[in-house]
Amino acid sequence: MPRKKPKASRTQASSKPTAKKKSAKKKTAKKTAKKTAKKTGSAASRRQGGLFDSESAANPVRPKKKIKKKTATKTATQKTARKSASTDQGDMAIAEKMANKQKDISVSEFFAKNRHLLGFDSPARALLTTVREAVDNSLDACEEASVLPELFIDVRATESTQHVVTIRDNGPGIVREQLPRIFARLLYGSKFHSRKQTRGQQGIGISAAGMYGTLTTGKPMRVVSRTSRRKPAIELVLAIDMAKNLPVVKKESEVEVEWAHGTEVQIELEGTYKKGKHSIDSFLDQVSLANPHVKIIYSNPIDEEPIIWERVSKVLPDPPNEILPHPHGVELGILMQMMKETSSRTVSGFLCTEFCRVTPNVVKKISDETEGLGKRIDTDRHPKRLSNTDVKVLHKGIEATRMMAPPTNCLSPIGEVLMAKTLGRNFDPELVITVTRQPSVYRGNPFQVEAGIAWGGELPGDDLASIYRFANRVPLQYEQGACAITQSIVGTPWKNYEIQQARGALPTGPLAILVHIASVWVPFTSESKKAVASYDEILKEMRLAIMEAGRKLAIHLRKKRRLADAERKKDYIKTYIPQIGIALQDILTLSDTQRTKAEGNLSEVLERSRKM
Amino acid sequence: MAKKIAKSYIDRVKRENAKRDKKTITSIENAADEIYKKILRKGKPMLRFPVRSLSNVSYDKRKGYLEIGKARKERTLTVNTVKGFAQTLRMMGLSRELVQTNDFATKRDVYYQSKNWAEAKFSEQSESDTVMDDIEALFSVDDVSREQLRFVPDEHGGAVAGELVVLDPDLDTGEVERIDCTRFGSGAYSIPSSVEHLSFETNAKFVLAIETGGIFQRLQSHKFWKTADCILVSMAGVPTRSTRRFIRRLSDQIKIPVYAFVDCDPYGISNIYRTLKVGSGNAAHINRFFCVPSASYLGVTPQDIIDYDLPTHPLKDVDIKRAKDALKNDPFFQSKKQWRDALEQLLKMGVRAEQQSLAMWGLNYVIETYLPAKLANSKKFLP
Repeated sequence: MPRKKPKASRTQASSKPTAKKKSAKKKTAKKTAKKTAKKTGSAASRRQGGLFDSESAANPVRPKKKIKKKTATKTATQKTARKSASTDQGDMAIAEKMANKQKDISVSEFFAKNRHLLGFDSPARALLTTVREAVDNSLDACEEASVLPELFIDVRATESTQHVVTIRDNGPGIVREQLPRIFARLLYGSKFHSRKQTRGQQGIGISAAGMYGTLTTGKPMRVVSRTSRRKPAIELVLAIDMAKNLPVVKKESEVEVEWAHGTEVQIELEGTYKKGKHSIDSFLDQVSLANPHVKIIYSNPIDEEPIIWERVSKVLPDPPNEILPHPHGVELGILMQMMKETSSRTVSGFLCTEFCRVTPNVVKKISDETEGLGKRIDTDRHPKRLSNTDVKVLHKGIEATRMMAPPTNCLSPIGEVLMAKTLGRNFDPELVITVTRQPSVYRGNPFQVEAGIAWGGELPGDDLASIYRFANRVPLQYEQGACAITQSIVGTPWKNYEIQQARGALPTGPLAILVHIASVWVPFTSESKKAVASYDEILKEMRLAIMEAGRKLAIHLRKKRRLADAERKKDYIKTYIPQIGIALQDILTLSDTQRTKAEGNLSEVLERSRKM
Repeated sequence: MAKKIAKSYIDRVKRENAKRDKKTITSIENAADEIYKKILRKGKPMLRFPVRSLSNVSYDKRKGYLEIGKARKERTLTVNTVKGFAQTLRMMGLSRELVQTNDFATKRDVYYQSKNWAEAKFSEQSESDTVMDDIEALFSVDDVSREQLRFVPDEHGGAVAGELVVLDPDLDTGEVERIDCTRFGSGAYSIPSSVEHLSFETNAKFVLAIETGGIFQRLQSHKFWKTADCILVSMAGVPTRSTRRFIRRLSDQIKIPVYAFVDCDPYGISNIYRTLKVGSGNAAHINRFFCVPSASYLGVTPQDIIDYDLPTHPLKDVDIKRAKDALKNDPFFQSKKQWRDALEQLLKMGVRAEQQSLAMWGLNYVIETYLPAKLANSKKFLP
């Protein structure tokens, strides 16, 4: 059910992360959203979900730049204007004139002009982005409502470059009041980067897809939602008022549907359907790899029959828990922010309530460490009264203090058994090997790495291995080369595992390699979140996971080769003994009987020695 | 030549050939029979090859060539060796057939012949060459040479000019071809790849084996063989098997000395001259047929460089390495003090000189002065 989570989710309910959230929000809000959001609606200013679900945390710099640029160009034109203006006019007047031209930019308008930021830069990508957004939202909604997700996706061409995309889920549905805001308003929703493993790291809201559709085809989006068998399904035709960033309900009606609950969204947009690595097919295939509990039924404009991925597990993954930040991962700026916003009245209380693994005993150790750094920080002081220098010392003290690693029950790996099942289903290989490592920690963030290898079967033997990268169960389809996952696969000594590998390249052979990193905070190389950054701890865990899988693969391959060798040698006997017979017959002018006897004897002797 | 003599010569050659061929066939059949009998007893047949490496080579002054030692490697027929075994036996069969049909095959011929052997065929000539070397080594123990196995080298021999008549019997017609090596004008007689059937008539006093074509040309065109009463042989670098065998048979039959005239550098000394005289290290199993123990070293010697004040080039690193290797590892040089001294002298001088450097004193200085002076004092030749 494609939608943004309504705000009353765990994120909001749990009180503890508020400080962290606030601080982070402020940080990012300052940069972008706050400015605009304030003016467009209080809801959006309070939580920057929706469009910014995932990207808000990392992306804010970009819009800011853009806005700045605009002002800059304006100033430039003003400057030239001033040159020609009479000297009688004071700077004041020009400033006022300039001020008159400054005006609010609606988020919707901004994104309408910068669609590439949302993943709509090419017609092929637009189609994929729309599906990705809808699928992410649907899966999150289903899982939150504890429903085994079943997704129905239909891509149909209306014109050669125009497609209707329909995505339906069997989620809880959305109440009538929320529908317009969720689908037809940017920056509305609940998914903000809390310290919890969430999917919503990849794109922007479904509302942007709807807006893109309207912009390119002039057609509004259609949403149907039903919350229970007892209630009728409601169909809305929605458009966005781009200037005000407000939903416009064009048509509303009750409709008959076959399904009991769920949400269906239909968007007509300009886009081209393509097969290949960056296709919808490939995306859904990968979704099914990392989500064994999901069933997907997918129709596209080329294949006649729908493609169906049956679920291999009827158990929903454990819902990831939310955790407090670990002190070792906190940056100085964020620490300062948190201290300004905390309601605790002592540094000690602040540290104990807003971080995990901090006890009064740990606070004492931190305090002791600060003494070693030149200035002992009195942890009974009010956190807001600490000078910046003091906070710096405190921050260093925290870094220097040994403390327990963060809890790891916040992670939700796919698991070895289920990973093996999905790999088996999707590739029909001869062998599947899966490895789920124990959780580990980088910079105070817990994370867990899994690796799976499918070998043989129908996989092409002469090609480079295909790599399937996942972060929190979401496929990473772009920037393979820059990713820590690729790096660790390339860095693995495949030759030791009976697999060919050119220097500095991916291994060659009938291989599909899956690597999944689950973390409350997956570090990406850039704000576009396409590749995992190469932290030493992460690289190490990935390498260990791949190597463990590689070793198991090698055992299988060696055994296989031994058997093949034995088989070949058996053939050797059959192939070459007649030649020895012919030669002996030639040289010694033997009779055929003598030759046959010699050949028989020889076979016997060799077979015996082979078995020994 | 009188018909009678020709007939008796032909008969003799035929007799000798028949004797050799019989020996070859017996050797092959014995080897095959041993394998066959072992198979009948349900044992694992094996072939025993002499080990072909410098570690299994010794120099016996009395015999006069580098001799292969007693070390043998055994190749037992197992699952892993069954292919090589089959190929070896098939090639032995081919050899026997060649003898019986009085034919021959080059290495390349054998490679293509193997294409009839179904799965036992060779996919590269290098494979068939290896098996051929093995067979050659295998039968060298019985004094059967590769030529007797009817496997002939592709390479042809060097050139011959001078006071020599080569008798080449044509067994089909019963005629004996008399080849007079003085009558090639400005050309020369080319040594065939197989020389076993040849015999010689000559009154020459010695054979002069020459490294370079250039000096050979000069001596031949000025009829040096007439003035010095000798036979000239051009080796063109390291002498081929047939050139070595030709000179060997010549010196065996006519019993005249063989003098080598080569460049004064470690290659000329330790590769060309050493191989001519005592054979090569890595084909030691054939040396007894392909060496000329009676050869001695006329020049150019290191002392000549000083005596004749020859223009020189500095020794290259590879030259120095080769000379040091000869002193340290080569059983021939180790057993000859004169050679050890000469090589050490050369190393000390740090230079080398070519045969043709004599041309500095005049193009025909080599004919008019150098060779007569050297030949007048043949006792001083290096061994």
